[in-house]
Amino acid sequence: MSAASTMIERGTAPSRIAAVAVAIVIALLAVAPQFLSAGAVDRMTALFIYVILAAMWNALAGFGGLVSVGQQVFFGLGAYFAIRLADAGLNPFLSLFVSAIIVGVVSWPLSLVMLRLRNGEFAIGMWVIAALTHLLVNLDRLVQGETGTSLISLNVYDAATRRVTIYWLALASMSALLAILFGLLRGSTGAAIRAIRDNEDAAASVGVRVTGTKRLLFVLAAFGIGVAGALWLATSITFQPKTYFNVQWTAYMIFMVLVGGIGTFEGAILGALVFFLIETWFGGTGVWYLVGLGATAVLFSLFLPRGLWGTVEERFGLRLLPVGYRVRLAEDAADQSGGDAQPLKTTTNRETA
Amino acid sequence: MSSLSDGATLSATGVHKRFGALVVLDDIDFAMGADEAVGIVGPNGAGKTTLLSVLSGAFPPSSGSIAFKGDDVTALPATQRCRLGLVRTHQVPKPFSGMTTFENVFVAASHGAGLGRDEAYEEALGSLKLCGMLGVANRRAETLGLLDRKRLELARALAARPTLLLLDEIGGGLTDGEASELVGTIKELCRRKIGIVWIEHIVHILLQVAERLICMDAGKIIADGEPQAVMADPQVIRAYLGGGPK
Repeated sequence: MSAASTMIERGTAPSRIAAVAVAIVIALLAVAPQFLSAGAVDRMTALFIYVILAAMWNALAGFGGLVSVGQQVFFGLGAYFAIRLADAGLNPFLSLFVSAIIVGVVSWPLSLVMLRLRNGEFAIGMWVIAALTHLLVNLDRLVQGETGTSLISLNVYDAATRRVTIYWLALASMSALLAILFGLLRGSTGAAIRAIRDNEDAAASVGVRVTGTKRLLFVLAAFGIGVAGALWLATSITFQPKTYFNVQWTAYMIFMVLVGGIGTFEGAILGALVFFLIETWFGGTGVWYLVGLGATAVLFSLFLPRGLWGTVEERFGLRLLPVGYRVRLAEDAADQSGGDAQPLKTTTNRETA
Repeated sequence: MSSLSDGATLSATGVHKRFGALVVLDDIDFAMGADEAVGIVGPNGAGKTTLLSVLSGAFPPSSGSIAFKGDDVTALPATQRCRLGLVRTHQVPKPFSGMTTFENVFVAASHGAGLGRDEAYEEALGSLKLCGMLGVANRRAETLGLLDRKRLELARALAARPTLLLLDEIGGGLTDGEASELVGTIKELCRRKIGIVWIEHIVHILLQVAERLICMDAGKIIADGEPQAVMADPQVIRAYLGGGPK
């Protein structure tokens, strides 16, 4: 039995197909505006933003164990800084991304304080930060309290150009952010992130830089949600602080992640899709829509606590975008391992990615 | 019997640890060489695990200093001490429950030992093999039983490539067969010139490995030296069996 002949596999046969499928889907989405109505383009833009939000919250909470109910602070700041930058004369489209970078930069000093808090303290502490930030933004003369303001400079572009440009920016942002997240979570930093989630002390005892790793994740999530907030501003033009700094944004993130499957990369994307469909079909029903969302969340936590994808993964062993590691034992080693080695039907892939 | 010399690899000097009014470590002086195998025994509450925590950097001592490989590491957190080669296991296993056994060990190889991907794979597989855990490599750690969790503590610590390993009761609850396997593993580590500090209640297992034995009681080291002599020490016997005739 030789450890050297044992393989570590990262991908699976379905995951290689999935990678191709993802590329095709993104390509199709890129040309889709040609065939979609204006309303549908706007809806798809919203979907891309939801995917970003869900993926970021999932990375933070599902992979990093940093459960926050104050992520709307970065959503609101992403929009607010974009307003400010555009007001200062920067191109409105460029403002969206410069704004997100500023959100990332701001989140760094914030992390110095917030990451000292643990669990529930961190979760609620983030909410407090969001509420405080909301009040501070209200003090800005440009925003005029809850009256709000608009991203006026976008109006120089005609409606059709604006709509499609924002759609493409949202699609590109979503794809890029998902790629960055996937790369991060799949690498050795991703293993460290999950280790910290499971046991911080043990992670430190085996050499993981706990605080630095959490900070990286925190800043990345802030940046991503900042992008989402800025894009939302671009689609809706108006900026009212209470709309952006509303805790409902984090509630949506939590909903999407819990329904889709917390801690699985596929789950967040699936959850965003489910949320998007529910909103599309039932969003017009007012209060009953919210009741339905709440009931769905309760049903899932009772009957499918691992969410849709978590359950699929468990039942069928299906992993389309895997970030984990599977050991494929050499024949002689497998013989020794007895009955508990799971059958690995997937093809071997000595990792090269 | 080693003295508190400058040549020591790991040393604690005048270490106290208080939790509020409770004194758990009371003026500990301890030093050991690079490839020594030191056993630590003592009744419950003697401060053994606390000593290990202070040595490994899980928390700082209230006063006193720790030196490793000639440097004062008192202020260094556990992460840094691990990267220097001073690694511990936990008495109550602390697995990364949502990760597989392999992933648990890979984290240590990748971050603790600072290895690149392929080397980290080899290291992780090597330590799983040494600890007899290859068969459960793909199991989520939360599904492992207590014995496997204890093995995992050892495998994970090993993958961080320690030069000195602090073991906290990894032998509790083992059958005779499992215990002799464990002794074999630890002896292999000694052959690889890894220094060992091993806290264990099961003295007969410990004595197969330890060439030096320390007995603690009420936060103090009450005996330190050749194992048989320590076990025969009247103070040690009193610590274990209670007061007896004064």
